[in-house]
Formats: sequence, structure tokens, C-alpha cells
Amino acid sequence: MSGPAQLEVSDLRVQITAQHGVVRPIDGVSLEIGAGEAVGLVGESGSGKSLTLKSILGLLPPEAKVTSGRVVFNGTDLTQLSRSRLNKVRGAKIAMIFQEPMSALNPVMRVGNQIAEGPRIHLGMSRAQSVRRAVDLMRRVGIPDPERRFRAFPHEFSGGMRQRVMIAMALSCDPELILCDEPTTALDVTIQDQILRLLAELCRESGTSLMFVTHDLPVVAQVCHQVAVMYAGRIVERGTVAEVFSRPLHPYTLGLLRSAPDVDRPGQSLVPIPGSPPSLASPPPGCRFHPRCKFAEEDCKATEPPLRLVDVSRVTACLHYERCLDEIGADT
Amino acid sequence: MSVQVMLEATGVEVAFPVGTSLGARLRHQQHMLHAVDGVDLAVRKGEALALVGESGSGKSTLARAIVGIQRTSHGQIELDGKVLPARRPSADRRRIQMVFQDPYSSLNPRLTVGGILRELLRVHHVVPRHEVDSHARELLRMVGLGEDAAGALPRQFSGGQRQRVAIARAIALRPELLVADEPVSALDVSVQATILNLLQELRAELGLTLLFISHNLAVVRHLCDRVAVMYMGRIIEVAPTEELFRDPRHPYTAGLLAAIPRMTTRDEGEAPAVRGDPPSPLRLPTGCRFRSRCPLAQPVCAEQDPALVTSRADPEHSAACHFAWTAETASAPEPV
Amino acid sequence: MSTVSVAPAAAPVRPRRARWYRQPTLVAGLALLAVIASMCFAAPLLSSFNPDTQNLEEPLASIGQYGHLLGTDQEGRDTWARLLFGGQADLRVAIIAVIFPFIIGTVLGSLAGYFGGWVDVVIMRVIDIVVAFPFFVLVIALVFVLGAGEKSIYIAITAVGWVSYARITRGEITVAKRQEYVLAAQSGGLSSVRIIGRHLLPNVVTQSIVYAMSDIVQNILAIVTLSYLGLGIQPPTPDWGTMIADGQNFLTTQWQLTTIPGLAVVITGLALSLVGDGLADLLRPGTS
Repeated sequence: MSGPAQLEVSDLRVQITAQHGVVRPIDGVSLEIGAGEAVGLVGESGSGKSLTLKSILGLLPPEAKVTSGRVVFNGTDLTQLSRSRLNKVRGAKIAMIFQEPMSALNPVMRVGNQIAEGPRIHLGMSRAQSVRRAVDLMRRVGIPDPERRFRAFPHEFSGGMRQRVMIAMALSCDPELILCDEPTTALDVTIQDQILRLLAELCRESGTSLMFVTHDLPVVAQVCHQVAVMYAGRIVERGTVAEVFSRPLHPYTLGLLRSAPDVDRPGQSLVPIPGSPPSLASPPPGCRFHPRCKFAEEDCKATEPPLRLVDVSRVTACLHYERCLDEIGADT
Repeated sequence: MSVQVMLEATGVEVAFPVGTSLGARLRHQQHMLHAVDGVDLAVRKGEALALVGESGSGKSTLARAIVGIQRTSHGQIELDGKVLPARRPSADRRRIQMVFQDPYSSLNPRLTVGGILRELLRVHHVVPRHEVDSHARELLRMVGLGEDAAGALPRQFSGGQRQRVAIARAIALRPELLVADEPVSALDVSVQATILNLLQELRAELGLTLLFISHNLAVVRHLCDRVAVMYMGRIIEVAPTEELFRDPRHPYTAGLLAAIPRMTTRDEGEAPAVRGDPPSPLRLPTGCRFRSRCPLAQPVCAEQDPALVTSRADPEHSAACHFAWTAETASAPEPV
Repeated sequence: MSTVSVAPAAAPVRPRRARWYRQPTLVAGLALLAVIASMCFAAPLLSSFNPDTQNLEEPLASIGQYGHLLGTDQEGRDTWARLLFGGQADLRVAIIAVIFPFIIGTVLGSLAGYFGGWVDVVIMRVIDIVVAFPFFVLVIALVFVLGAGEKSIYIAITAVGWVSYARITRGEITVAKRQEYVLAAQSGGLSSVRIIGRHLLPNVVTQSIVYAMSDIVQNILAIVTLSYLGLGIQPPTPDWGTMIADGQNFLTTQWQLTTIPGLAVVITGLALSLVGDGLADLLRPGTS
């Protein structure tokens, strides 16, 4: 990563006070995004990946709060900002795209107006200017006949088109960073392909950085160059996509790679990860993955392993990561 | 070894009336949505056949018609040569069973897992009365759930475990054909593997024929012997799995395969595999329904709707495109 | 055979059932109802007087006079005794009168919801006709025609009250039948009767039960009204409606003759509403 990080999340911890106790869905997450970079955050349900995105913009539900850690964006800690100052960042500097466009778009507001709203408020454009900008953006994201479709309502669009509207909204104020929360999970394969290429292209052209959350490993490979793997509220591994997917240095990542069928390697048998994700109210001691890990040793149960740099921009939280390399060696 | 056809669907159509007034309905002028629009499909004994498509393809509707929980508007379904009537007798129903996509709504929340199984065993007299209980436990054991699972309610289980219960329910009646409608799509990645492995094992152990509906081609390539691709209510290509992946003959299939995200970062600047959006099912284009998005579209595509045509060189491979067999391979198409 | 075997799943998680005694509304309502019901049904033990005994030497006694806890009415009958025994009658009739509409309404509603088609059309039109008349008007008219008395009350309330249960059940079943577990039951070759009875109804009947609580309140009001008009529970059996009617004339002197039974109706209604609310919270799907 060249230059200072644009966004730096340091040891973020979030706590939710629920009926039956205190849960820590994010328990020490650190990551960085440089300007113009696309970073993926992968994990299964319950890993805390979506919540991490929301924490960055302070979009946590009322029962959740950040207990420690910082989210530093261009030198400012977002967790310390007042609501009004945070609002100036939201939409304008950091934008977000959600998974379900039908619930993320206002059903009773015309699509064009929703796109134009951001520039009006954040960039101080006049109505006419913002309308022109919205039409331009709609064209740029590939919505046909944008002048006419400006006046349409969300329900008149297909899923893929709605997602394009969301992307247009996200781009409307020229943000520096776009957070994507599983934006293509609800879409068909061919439409997903279109949207992913669009996102990758737009970010390349405008130099916008991207943080892309998903549970689908190959999808990350289409858009991102860097990836972080999350498990039970923590990051367990980080590196480039090519490196992490070909030489994983954490047993969980290895498990994920081996349990999903790879369309290019059909003969490979699937090895599921035994057990199930831990309860976040009472996680296991030490390394959270150890109950399901076949490489687990005594020291894994004792202390929580820190993320360590073990190679050039390769970070892992496994004390015995070499065993992963041995496994892969045995495979090939 | 002869190939024995177990189930044959011929000319199956399923149409739903869409938002018409009473007056229009009386005048028989309803708008009909043809979810399945003329499908011929043969499922062979012992095979794992995939039914692949995106939303709007009609694959789930066709699956439900085959299982007998969706009425067809046209066509017929034959099981071992015998035509199945609209109201299937119990004995026929037993032979085709289904596993549904959503593990959270496919189990009755008020019945225990054991209760769900025991009811089926009793109503159909699968085993003598005094063996019902032990057989229910045996079924749970076969899907990898322990003894104490029988007394528990569905909500006490995780998604993957519920799918196992759903599979146990589906095999309880000893069906010959198991129809699985996206059985792993709602599950986490690491859990999908257990269910897929389970299906493979049971298939081998019980000699089941499997009709596997999915939009996930990676899973399909891993699990199935043959693939039928659906688009807007029609089957547009059928081939053995490897053949389909190696040499797709319909432009939609080619696009679908190219659209699959791979584990390696793609090159920049490539155009999307398939452009545009599918047409509205209520306003299908004339001729070939894929032509609005097809890179090979020609005037003939607007005039004539292509039929599913089998390759002369490879009788296992059929495609519904005017140009499926004309291009590189020098095999002239032969009408089915 | 593949070398990869299925890992046995972990033991099922223990459920967190909502404890009924943790719902404050439900507990309060049940407690209040228990107090009222036990007082009424233990009437013989709690009152030294007979509710029917007239004592024309002590008419319109004030509170506490002559040993009458709440005085007497114009015929010298002890008010406290009449309150308790009257409560017995009112509660009994109101609760029993809920059962028949519940059963008939639930059955017809299930049939309409599950089968749809002409069955649904016919049942819905009948419902529409019944619903066109206000509840009380129809009940009163029916009792008038059938002749005053307890039996007529049951018939009238059943004839009119089933429609609410039918609508609730029909609505719930129309939605629930699309759930995949119902499709699974159908593909498993289970009969419609079994599917409705064993699979659908247990999942949808909770709404009807909650409604039944407010229905009991409505029944009490109906019975009280009918008795007030002289059409309900016939003398000499006491009941709150007749007491209210009889006591009106003496509002300025012996106000307790009318207001105490009136208060009893209100408090009982409150208790039942609390139970209904508490049940609704408890049985709401997803709370566990």
C-alpha cells in the first residue's frame, strides 16, 4: 500500500446489550484501506462483517455501541464525531451500498430524486444542477433512457437496475470511499457479473476506494485486490487476494476454501468445517477457532493469538500457520 | 448398460393468471404468466440431473409440478411409463419427494422432528407400527443427527441441521426420485459442504435418482451428471455436465458460464458476459426469447422460435438455438 | 463410497421459552381474574345471605346496615350476595358462550382459507351478511325472537359471533398454507383434513385464542345489556345487568345498587383485556 492509509480501523470493539446478556460481535478488528484500493472483507453469517461496515459510519442499532478502538478516516476519528459532523462525512466522503435494494430505496420517492438528493444537500447544488448530475450518473451506471427513467419509482425497476440506482446514489457526491454490504448476493449470476464489473470499472476510473463485504469468496476475487477474513468478530487473516486464496495462512480460510466447490476444480471433494460458529456471548478462550481446528494445540486455547505479519503484507492470527502450508503442499 | 428413463415430462406448461379484473376473467381475456412454457424433460434412473437457471426461468415451478404440488396447465408427466393424473394417488406421491430451499419455513414449527417423521411413516405404513419410532431414529441417524434430535423442535436446530431433517423427511417414504430445490442456497458456505456430501452419500446408499435445482454452477458441476439449462420457461440446452462446461452451444449457456465469478481476479475492461436484463415474462419478444440479449442475434431469431435440437454428432447434447450446430463443428442439426 | 463422512451434528440447543409468568400484563390479568372468579364461585362461603331471599322489612338498606355488607335492594335482597352470585352467572354464561362460536368459526374459516374457490366464496358471503348487522342489534333481536333466557343467549351469540373467528382463521390460513412445510406435507401425501387439523391449525389458532379473551368481555357486556333489557338471565337468578337496571331508580339514595355491579363489569372486563394482551405478547411468533 503506497502512502498513508485513507481509512484505518484500529482494534475496534462493539458491544450489544441484549436480553440475555452482553454480546461482542466485533471484538478487536483492525484494517486499513489506502486511497484507490479495493479491499474485501469475507466471513460467514455471524462473523461481524456487516456490522463492521456499519460501525464505520456509525449506523449501529441503538442497543449497540463502540466500546473501544478507533476508525480514522483521513486523519479524523469518526467514532468521536458529533452526529452533525458525521453527517457531513456520510454520503459525501463515504458512501454505502446495501444488499437489498428494495428496502434500501425509498419506495415512494422517485428514483432520480433520490440520486439528486445527495448533491443538493452535500454539494450545495441547485435543483437543476442536481437533476442533470443524476441523469448523468444514471447513464454512467448503465440505466437506459435515463431522462425518462428519472421519474420512475423503485418498484418499476428490476433487481439489477435498482442496484445500479444505489450505485449511482453512492457515487453522486464523488465520495472517496464506498462501503459495499453484500451488494450482489440477492442478484442473479449474470446480473451480478454486470454489477461487479461496473463497480470495478467505476472505482478504477475515479480512483474511489472500496470496501466490499461478502460471504462469497470468488466474488471478492472479481473486485478486490486485498482481502481480510473475519471469524467470530475478529480478523484472522489478511493479504492479497491471489496470495490468500492460493496460500491461506489460517485454518479457517483453508476450511472455507476447501468446503466450497470451485467451478474450475470439479473433481475436488468438499471438506466441511466441523462444528459450528461459537456463541458471541461466551466465545471459547484463546483462539476462537480452536474448537473446530484440526491443528489446534494447547497454546491455542491459552491466549488469544494476535495478528502477526509473517510475510510481505501477509498477516495471520494463527500460531501454527505453517501447518496450512503443509496441507496445501500435500494437496497439490 | 441401457439408459432407463424414470420420469418423463412432455409439453409441460404452468401458467398463472396475473391481476385481471372479474370482467376480463369472465370474458376469458386474462393475462397469463407462463412460468413453464412447454418443457420436455427426461430423468434417467440413478442419475443426478441438474436444472439450472436464474430467477424467472421456471425451474422451481417445473420442480414443483414434477413433485405434484403445482398443477400444470398443459402437458403430462409420466413415471415409469405411467401417466400421473392431476390428483396423484398416495402410492405415486411417495415415489417423488422434495427438499425445499428455506430450512426455516419447511419444517412445521410446532411438531418435534421425530413427530414429523413418525407421522409420515405411520400414514403411509412404511414400517409396522411398533417399528415406527425406531425407524424414525434410524432416519435421523442416516442424516447425521443424534438420537436426542427426535424430541427436539425445529427452532432448536441450526440451518444446516434443519436441512438434514428436511432430507430425512424426504427419504422417509423411500422415494425413487428426490427433487432438491436449491437445498444449500440459504446456508453458510462451510455448512453447504456437509449437505452436499450427505446428498451424494445417500444417493449412493439408497440408489436415489436426484433432480437438483440450482443457480450455482460450481455446485452443479461438482454434483451432477447431466445439466438442463432453463431460460424464461423453456429448456434451452441439455448436455452431460462436462460437455456443457467444455462446449456450451447456446449463447445464454455460454454467457452464464462466463459470468460465474472465479477465484482469480479477472482482467480489466472485459465486457459483461451477458448484457441487459431479461424481458418481462408478460411481454416476451417474438421468436427466440433470448434474442434481446444475444450477441449472435440475426433476423431469423425474431421470426422463428428455435426448437430444442439434438446434435447429430452427440445425441446427448441438445440446444435451442438456430446457430447451435452450424458454426465450428461441421455437424448439421437434425430435428428431434 | 466417499471417504468424507458426514460429521454428526452438535446436540440441539436448549430453547429459551418465554416464561408466561414473566409477562406482567398476563400475570396481572390472571391474578385479577382469579380473584374475581374465586370470589364469585365461592359465593356461598363469602356471603351469609341468600341472594334470592326477600326481606321486605329491610328494603334499601345502606352500606353496613343490618349486617348487609353493601346494603339491600328494593326487595330486601342482600346486594353483596347478589353481586357474587350474579358474577357467577355472568362469567359462566360468557365463557361458555365463547366456545361454540370459536369452534364453528375456526372450522368454517379453515375450510374457506385452505380450499378457497367456491367454498371460500360462499362462506365469505354469509359472513358479509352477518357482519352487516351490528353485533348487539342482532343478538338482541335473536333473543327477543327466541324468547328470553340462558339458552337463547347461547344460540344468539353463537349465530352472530362465529364470523370473527372465521375471518381470523381464514386470513391466517390463507397465508400459512403457502409455507413450505405445508407443501412438504402435501407432497408427503397427507390428507387435507390432517394438514388443516394437525399442521395448520396449531400454528394459527393463537390469534383466535387472543381474540376469544376480548370476545368474553363482549359477551359479558351483551349479557348484561340483555339482562338490563329484561331479555337475559331471568329472575330469580341474579346478575349484574338486572342489578344495574333495578338500581337505577335509587341512584340518589342507594347509589351502590347500580354503581357497584357496574364497577364489577368494568373490572372484570379489565382483567380479561389484560389476559388477552398478555397472551398476545406471549404467543406472538418469534418470541422465545
